[in-house]
Amino acid sequence: MHRSFRSNIPASTITPEPLYRRRREILQLLGLGAVGLATGCHSETPPAAAPAEAIAGAKLNIGSKVDTAAGEAQTRYKDATHYNNYYEFGTGKGDPAENSGRFHARPWSVEVAGHAEVTGRFTLEDILKPHALEERVYRMRCVEAWSMVIPWAGFPLGDLLKRFKPTAQAKYVAFTTVNRPGEMPGLSYPVLDWPYREGLRIDEAMHPLALLAVGMYGHELPNQNGAPLRLVVPWKYGYKGIKAIVRIEFTETQPLTTWNEAGANEYGFYSNVNPDVDHPRWSQKTERRISGDGFNLFGNRIETKPFNGYAEQVANLYTGMDLRKYF
Amino acid sequence: MKLFRDRIAAFKPFVFALCLLPLALIAWDTWHGVLGADPVAQLEHRSGDWALRLLLTTLAITPLRRLTGWHKAIRFRRMLGLFAFFYVTVHLTVYLVVDLGGYWSQLLTEIAKRPYITVGFTAWLLLIPLALTSTQGMMRRLGRNWQRLHKLVYVIAGLGVLHFLWLVKADHREPAIYLVVLIVLLLLRLPKREPRRVIGRPQGQNT
Repeated sequence: MHRSFRSNIPASTITPEPLYRRRREILQLLGLGAVGLATGCHSETPPAAAPAEAIAGAKLNIGSKVDTAAGEAQTRYKDATHYNNYYEFGTGKGDPAENSGRFHARPWSVEVAGHAEVTGRFTLEDILKPHALEERVYRMRCVEAWSMVIPWAGFPLGDLLKRFKPTAQAKYVAFTTVNRPGEMPGLSYPVLDWPYREGLRIDEAMHPLALLAVGMYGHELPNQNGAPLRLVVPWKYGYKGIKAIVRIEFTETQPLTTWNEAGANEYGFYSNVNPDVDHPRWSQKTERRISGDGFNLFGNRIETKPFNGYAEQVANLYTGMDLRKYF
Repeated sequence: MKLFRDRIAAFKPFVFALCLLPLALIAWDTWHGVLGADPVAQLEHRSGDWALRLLLTTLAITPLRRLTGWHKAIRFRRMLGLFAFFYVTVHLTVYLVVDLGGYWSQLLTEIAKRPYITVGFTAWLLLIPLALTSTQGMMRRLGRNWQRLHKLVYVIAGLGVLHFLWLVKADHREPAIYLVVLIVLLLLRLPKREPRRVIGRPQGQNT
């Protein structure tokens, strides 16, 4: 347990000092106390004056760890959990963290439907049971031209989908977010056509980089980041990573997706990160990276890479496709 | 010897300080590193918010005089207008120097291709002649043309609100508030049915 927590932070990354310090607090919080600290943490400097945010959620048992962000500095836990879009809790970047306290991520079940041999309603425990959790450090590129580097915990989406034995007609996979107006105050305003829906082509969904995440930073997902089950598709814009999934449907035709419905000329079905296809209203050539100590006023802007830097792994999914047309 | 000519003059330094307060708060938060996860976006949003607020405050002076008969309010208008220009300039500077820093090659295409940047930049350009001709001397020299030139502020305010509306992804509630305020301020300028009497002789107003 302790060992896996230590290796949670890849040695190759420049671990931000605050995060490093926070680990002690987390360990203390978990009641591991001095035993864990004595061997696990070499930073014996006193905690920073400002109390760091403790990581919420239970610690996860994680097997393998892969840094698929080329050692780029990770985003602070506090930033990744307090600055994101999750319109069901409000449209401000701080709203999800602020308004998701009433949300109940347990008990949870997922309905599986459509062109598959195995369909029905499955509890979260049934969904997760056979899968070993792994950590994947991924770049997360928001369509708004900012980005983060986040260590997710989860398992390949394809591994789960195969268990339902999709039939030959299953050309696409559609996902739906839970719709609970009582727990999600953002739903009271029709800024989008609720419930939130997303989708992938079946080969995209089966790609080993497509991750179903249940945790981040070694711990269970906080409500504001999509607990208890969310999608992470690192080569696509962030909004493709649908949160709090309650329904998975195998379809023959391309499913409707929420942002595409909201603005078809601005948000395509594919939404692959592409510096050469601008959002009609802003450029996608560069992005502001939110990482490290989180307070670099200058020099945050970096060039956006095709497929968010995962072209080598995923570009072959789109051979022969006009990516300007199918953006 | 009196330090100030009258109460309005005495009040001006206070308004001046008040107008600088948002900048001071932004600077304070920057210094203390509490601008949040994306400090650059925060700087852009906060300077932009205040630019728009001060622009609308400037436009509120005329309706205020009409509604309250407090005609001396006009003596604050130049200061408010110049502060609006100041915050727009801060906003643009943050975008150019802090946000785009190192990627200036992107700038020209951004201004040309991004409608919301085009209108925002145009608004800033249009504010320059207004700021330059805001002195007493320029008012005298331009005569009637001064009024005509400064009608540009309506265009500028419209562009400013449009800039905000166009950059928002889906939730238009906040820019809509600015739009409503602008529309109200413009409607309050429409000549009333019996305008002369009402405007010319406010009753019971002696302040």
